[in-house]
Amino acid sequence: MMTNGPSVDEQIEIYRKMVVVRRMEEALGALHKQGGTRGPIHRCDGQEAVGVGATAMLRSSDQVTSTHRGHAHYIGKGLDVHRVVAEILGKETGYCRGRAGHMLVASAADGLVGGNAIVGAGIPAATGIALSLQLQGRDDVAMCLFGDGAAQTGICHESMNIAALWKLPVIFLLEHNQYGLTVHHAAQSSVADLSVRAAGYAMPAEIVDGNDSVAVYIAAANAVERARSGGGPTLIEAKTYRLEGFSTSDMGGYQDEAEIALWRARDPLTVARARLAGEIDTEVLDGLEADAAQVVDDAFAAALADPPPEFELHPASAAYSGGA
Amino acid sequence: MAKLRYAEALNRALREEMQRDPLVFLFGEDIGSYGGVFKVTRGLMDEFGAARVRDTPISEQTLTAMAVSAAMAGSRPVLEIMYADFMPLTLDALINQASIYEYIWADQVRMPFVLRTQGGGGAGAGAQHSKSLDSLVAHIPGLKAVAPATPWDAYGLLKSAIRDPGPVIFLEHKLLYNMRDEVPDGEETVPLGRARLVREGTDVSIIASSRMVHESLLAADRLAGEGIAAEVVDLRSLRPLDLDTLLGSVARTHHAVVVNEGWRFCGYAAEVSATLMDHAFDDLDAPVARVTMPDLPIPYSEPLERAVLPGPDEIVAAVRRTVA
Repeated sequence: MMTNGPSVDEQIEIYRKMVVVRRMEEALGALHKQGGTRGPIHRCDGQEAVGVGATAMLRSSDQVTSTHRGHAHYIGKGLDVHRVVAEILGKETGYCRGRAGHMLVASAADGLVGGNAIVGAGIPAATGIALSLQLQGRDDVAMCLFGDGAAQTGICHESMNIAALWKLPVIFLLEHNQYGLTVHHAAQSSVADLSVRAAGYAMPAEIVDGNDSVAVYIAAANAVERARSGGGPTLIEAKTYRLEGFSTSDMGGYQDEAEIALWRARDPLTVARARLAGEIDTEVLDGLEADAAQVVDDAFAAALADPPPEFELHPASAAYSGGA
Repeated sequence: MAKLRYAEALNRALREEMQRDPLVFLFGEDIGSYGGVFKVTRGLMDEFGAARVRDTPISEQTLTAMAVSAAMAGSRPVLEIMYADFMPLTLDALINQASIYEYIWADQVRMPFVLRTQGGGGAGAGAQHSKSLDSLVAHIPGLKAVAPATPWDAYGLLKSAIRDPGPVIFLEHKLLYNMRDEVPDGEETVPLGRARLVREGTDVSIIASSRMVHESLLAADRLAGEGIAAEVVDLRSLRPLDLDTLLGSVARTHHAVVVNEGWRFCGYAAEVSATLMDHAFDDLDAPVARVTMPDLPIPYSEPLERAVLPGPDEIVAAVRRTVA
């Protein structure tokens, strides 16, 4: 069965979250330039339609595994902007009390477990969650958001074979942003469309426009429905583009300017706004954007003022069972 | 009191824990209809079904990552990795995933899984099927590691490992599977992190685990003929280490020899030796001695393999040097 597209209300919420993510990324970029961030930050500008569109229909009890570039996944899955920003800034009020940083954010209560800075590691993680959900007889699903770089790993192959073999309730959502760090996918992959590999696992697959949040939503919703009803895994290849560098430390120079311009013209926020413009007033959209920007500003102001964490040893790491 | 083989004791522990807790499931290569290449899971698929006793593809990296995440999602997986030599394939899941989440995610998740594997030489299985990699797993914060030497401990420690709230690496030994000895009639567990004083003595503490406990007992018999009273301590738990029992023993004997079947350099015996130096320097009358494998791959031919595996000859020689 094919799902209908998102309602106008759902589209408005998706658009609002995409704007939140973009403003967050821009604020992080500005803060980085001022020396206000620590370590690399992997921005997802241009990829918001994938992370937000693919997670919009999920329940909080559905489980998502993410990547090192997960800000849109975090916000899409319903995490609080202030607590995400606080984690990115290493504050006690962050989701992980400042221990995780921006690449490893997790919120178990929201079903986001979690960011992962080992490329590809979220794929078997989602597969294992799906096995547990199936064994427990729950009708929740697992969704793995991963990139074209991760698609080249051995664990991707192992996981897709196992997921298809055992009909696990998992959605493999390939966020194809064209680059694995600095290397173009044409230099990493033997095939242009990674979704063709699904045939090798007898797994349904489709390619969607990853800059169109509605297209992503529909494909994901169908895959979620299939997984929930016992139909097993799906591979969705969402073609998108990373508008900013690999991370804040990226010196650039390897992306073709014409290519960037082409994708910038198809900015997912522009695409989503244009769709909504036919449904609701421009003033409403302007107001929504201003509200989203305010949410981000407030989140940064609060997080910057939040206290840092204090170090404490953790009992799980004990080397000795007793004594000195 | 019933006498069971080590493999049967493990089988009984698995059966009882699966009967007790429906969240426990087993997966691994050849563990289902065949019952495991060392017959530890024999009969369990018939009793509990193919969903809870699962044959898997040969995909150790993904299977281990799935054990981590399935545990996080509420299951209690017991994964069999057929040979300890395959443990290098599991290390991303152990070092970069299982090790970090409880602390890095600020106690949002628990990972109650057990990874069973077996190692050790002496069976002519060659360089890739004979290793003891104790130090590799005991090195990792956030994991526990146990290595039973007897059927009783195999039974009791496995039950504790399955009930533990965190990850436990369970190291069996291929030459012990046929050892028959007493196992308690009623359900009884052996706590993790507690060593066992196997033989009392006054002159030297021989500290060992797994099959090396039995080699140490043979050495102690011989030493008794020379008038040296050796105490033998079975660590049982490699991490957390039972420091109290070790310190108590060394306080009595003032001499220590650490025996481990793994490699010497940066090996498990080196850690125990350094730990004794840290905590019991004033009690020691001589430097702690180590008996280990030489730093070589394990050769195939019987006289060559015999030459590299530690045994009573090497232990007796080390004790003589230490107490001299």
